[in-house]
Amino acid sequence: MTDAEIEDIEIRLFFEAMALRHGYDFRNYARASMKRRVLALAQSQGCRELSALIPRLLHDQDFLAQALAHLSVPVTEMFRDPQVFLALRRDVLPVLDSFPRISVWQPGCATGEEPYSLAILLKEEGLLHKAQIYATDINDVALAKAEEGIYPARHLAAFSQNYQQAGGKAALANYFHTAYNFSKIDDEIRERIVFAHHNLVADGVFCEVNLVLCRNVLIYFDRSLQNRVLSLFHDCLVRGGYLCLGNRESLQFTDFADRFRVIDRGNRIFKKREAVQ
Amino acid sequence: MTAATRFRAVAVGCSAGGLEALRQLLAPLPREFPLPVVVVAHMAPDGGSLLAELLESVCRLSVAEAEEKAKALPGHVYVAPPGYHLLVEEDETFSLSVDEKVCNVRPSIDVLFQSAADTWGCGLIGVVLTGANSDGTAGLRAIRQMGGYCLVQDPTQAFADTMPRSAIDAGLADCVLPLAALAGQLMALAPPQPRRGGR
Ligand SMILES: C[S@@+](CC[C@H](N)C(=O)[O-])C[C@H]1O[C@@H](n2cnc3c(N)ncnc32)[C@H](O)[C@@H]1O
Repeated sequence: MTDAEIEDIEIRLFFEAMALRHGYDFRNYARASMKRRVLALAQSQGCRELSALIPRLLHDQDFLAQALAHLSVPVTEMFRDPQVFLALRRDVLPVLDSFPRISVWQPGCATGEEPYSLAILLKEEGLLHKAQIYATDINDVALAKAEEGIYPARHLAAFSQNYQQAGGKAALANYFHTAYNFSKIDDEIRERIVFAHHNLVADGVFCEVNLVLCRNVLIYFDRSLQNRVLSLFHDCLVRGGYLCLGNRESLQFTDFADRFRVIDRGNRIFKKREAVQ
Repeated sequence: MTAATRFRAVAVGCSAGGLEALRQLLAPLPREFPLPVVVVAHMAPDGGSLLAELLESVCRLSVAEAEEKAKALPGHVYVAPPGYHLLVEEDETFSLSVDEKVCNVRPSIDVLFQSAADTWGCGLIGVVLTGANSDGTAGLRAIRQMGGYCLVQDPTQAFADTMPRSAIDAGLADCVLPLAALAGQLMALAPPQPRRGGR
């Protein structure tokens, strides 16, 4: 057996141990990225062999948090793919305005940049006062940062460019209080967002929403897990509710291709179809 | 296993000056070229989405952005979408990720090469072209470790020599050729019959 084949076994055993010991099931994640992450975790722990991670996982209570932080990488930015936020602003929010209350679920919210972007959008379109955003993730370290809403001030420059391209109506800095190289999001924006731990692999639907914004999470899942998660989204959306996925994610070849209507192909915006008899 | 049937895929990486290099590498390949060709090119964030179209217009092979879960098929060129790492899974399908940049870039050549080496092992040809950083070197090392073949553009004639030079200095090049000769080398290495592409 080659070293590569042995390493493959070690990775399988590691994820098996993670699922059995801690209930976090990464076995249906796309393999190639997960392999990189496990290798990075092993390196950070000074383990020469991946299998050396397994006893840590089983017996060292404190290790889980570190492992999860390595396995769920919360890379994000504000108004990532600005044209998507422009399309939401132009085509989706005016329709949502007809509802007395607007609920949004934002799974895979990472460190919060995306839900804050959406809240700013809602604010500028005059909808924030009747909106509630549920922002969820499995990475508790990221969630804690999201909840704080404090970012390095230098990031705002790059985010500002996105914001302008997303049709921003003011200056992004207006929504932050900056001091000592850090920028904190305004309370009015933050108060509309509830951050919570939710695992798309294991947990169920917890609310009814008008919009699910879930970007760059499904690309990490295999087809069966994508179908599970899409069924959650379908169940939690109201009739005619919207689904917005990442720029390179699609419903094609999933079980849900004909349960949603394509609203904007390029920006991956879909609308739940009325039930057919 | 004879040399002629050994190879199953080609992975290409380039950076500064890459568009012209890719044109010269890919345009001569015949429509029935029997291997999938997977490309990571560092591009300006806004220029990247045009890459597939530009190449498609000069190639006989069909060129498209790689889509997640699509299978790598012979006779097709797949380009990493701008802003996403492109990886190859065990079953020869693609996956995408927005994980951290590697070598300061996303997509990263190393990320593609390392995952492609896991999948295709000694059946992989890795090609490093012009570029102004050293992305690709770690990837070639993985390809080499799995028994694959490493082809590097001659740095003395490259638009930017850092990337090919880094690969050569690391002792990873099986073959160093000027740009104009690389396509011919790929055709010489490729198996003579078109491979059956499962779907
Ligand atoms: C690449 S980030 C996407 C961030 C943001 N949506 C964006 O597009 O900028 C992926 C996020 O998905 C989260 N994630 C991964 N698996 C998850 C799961 N099973 N349930 C909930 N969130 C998950 C990760 O922790 C990470 O924060």
